[in-house]
Amino acid sequence: MTIDEWYAWAVANAERRGLPSLKPLLDGLRNATRELREADWNPDAARDDDRESH
Amino acid sequence: MSRIDPGSLTIVAAARRLRSGDFTARELTEACLDRIDRDNPRLNAFITITAELARAQADKADRELKTGHDRGPLHGIPISIKDIIDIADFPTTAASRVRDGHVAMEDARLVLNLRHAGAVFVGKTNLHEFAMGTTNEDSAYGPARNPLDETRSPGGSSGGSAASVVAGMCLATVGTDTGGSIRIPSAACGLVGLKPAFGDLSVDGVVPLGTSLDCVGPLAKTVEDALLMYDAMAGRGQIARGDRVETPVAPRLAALRGYFVESLQQEVRAAFEAAIARLTPHASDGAIAPVEIAHARLSPSIYLPTVLAEGAEYHARTLEQMPDAYVTAVRLRFELGRYVLAEDYLRAHRGRATLRAEINAALTTHDALLLPTMPLVAPPLGATTVPMDNGREEPVRAAMLRLTQPFNLTGHPAITIPLPTAGLPVGLQIVARDTKTAAAIAGWCESHCR
Repeated sequence: MTIDEWYAWAVANAERRGLPSLKPLLDGLRNATRELREADWNPDAARDDDRESH
Repeated sequence: MSRIDPGSLTIVAAARRLRSGDFTARELTEACLDRIDRDNPRLNAFITITAELARAQADKADRELKTGHDRGPLHGIPISIKDIIDIADFPTTAASRVRDGHVAMEDARLVLNLRHAGAVFVGKTNLHEFAMGTTNEDSAYGPARNPLDETRSPGGSSGGSAASVVAGMCLATVGTDTGGSIRIPSAACGLVGLKPAFGDLSVDGVVPLGTSLDCVGPLAKTVEDALLMYDAMAGRGQIARGDRVETPVAPRLAALRGYFVESLQQEVRAAFEAAIARLTPHASDGAIAPVEIAHARLSPSIYLPTVLAEGAEYHARTLEQMPDAYVTAVRLRFELGRYVLAEDYLRAHRGRATLRAEINAALTTHDALLLPTMPLVAPPLGATTVPMDNGREEPVRAAMLRLTQPFNLTGHPAITIPLPTAGLPVGLQIVARDTKTAAAIAGWCESHCR
């Protein structure tokens, strides 16, 4: 799920649950999540050097 | 009016005077209870006052001292306990109506240890509801006020705890720290606050906020007092000399730069740089090295999904059953946690490992890292943003957490000591590999910054 897809779902869900005031907080969480997903520590399954041995 | 001024007494001084017969534990306790009677209606530091328990404990302490039974440095010392920690037979409200009707069946482990050390419990202190905030404003029992300026927050979430010590209602207190909740109110109120290394002290009997972040620790007037509290909380009432970490004569110190000092209030920057200048000649090689932590600026983005998801997990059932029992702002934060995806929580987990490795690397060549505790002084009650010296307005909550939360993420011990200022208090934060080293170097800084 992309950040934008997640955000749209979360806002719609919050409104359906009667919590429209969650929207500005979801804005902040979206920004944090975007930064988190772009961080350089995240694994990339297509790259050999991210594979862990099992 | 009592002849004893608990506001000016350290634990060490009080312990000496108790043993010299200058006053009794009962007299000291009554002096604290008088302060509570006089000032708590204004400061709102306490949710529950345990006066009868305190009197019984103080009388017992006096009887024991008379017969030569000395439990150690906390024997007969009045302290307060944050009302998120269980004291048997009293409610643990967590400053929330969600907890109405609760009565603790037994002491939290740390409370039991303090009881065995002879401490006297004068009451349970106010906090930000369920410790989910930094100002103490969102409490079902109303905001606590900063005794140094009652128009300002005492910080939080352990705001009532800090206020109770500064106002002389007790000599020390116990707080909890998930993102800074011991260090923030300590810095805002001019106290020493110790967040031990994660896992050092038992959180058994403490209402959780973020189970991978939560720590308990003391707030006190001096590093020595904080260390006495820490040892007693751990069940080490009488410390063998060998347990103490010797302070290096000239410790190897680093000042954290970059992210950690980019945006401060002017008085915080001035006090911090003055402290670095004062400490530098005494440090190893007469230098304090500037150090940057590569991923530090991602700390808020790592912290947010971590604390939100962990908080939501604990509160999910009551959010469904009694949503209106929460203070609205706190309820919304816990609800927000229900939208954190598992994959993002795990990304944050990886980020914590990255940060931890970077702090550990900095601590291989330095005994301790120094930085401001908060970028701002105690904010006015009701403020939503605060001005910083780079001309920007920052949200209060984000600013208050910015410099403390990295060390909850990494688990490192961190201690704040008050710096000399002409106005509101400013804290210096000291981070080390282990709790005793952090405290020992904090004591060294305290002695050189006076």
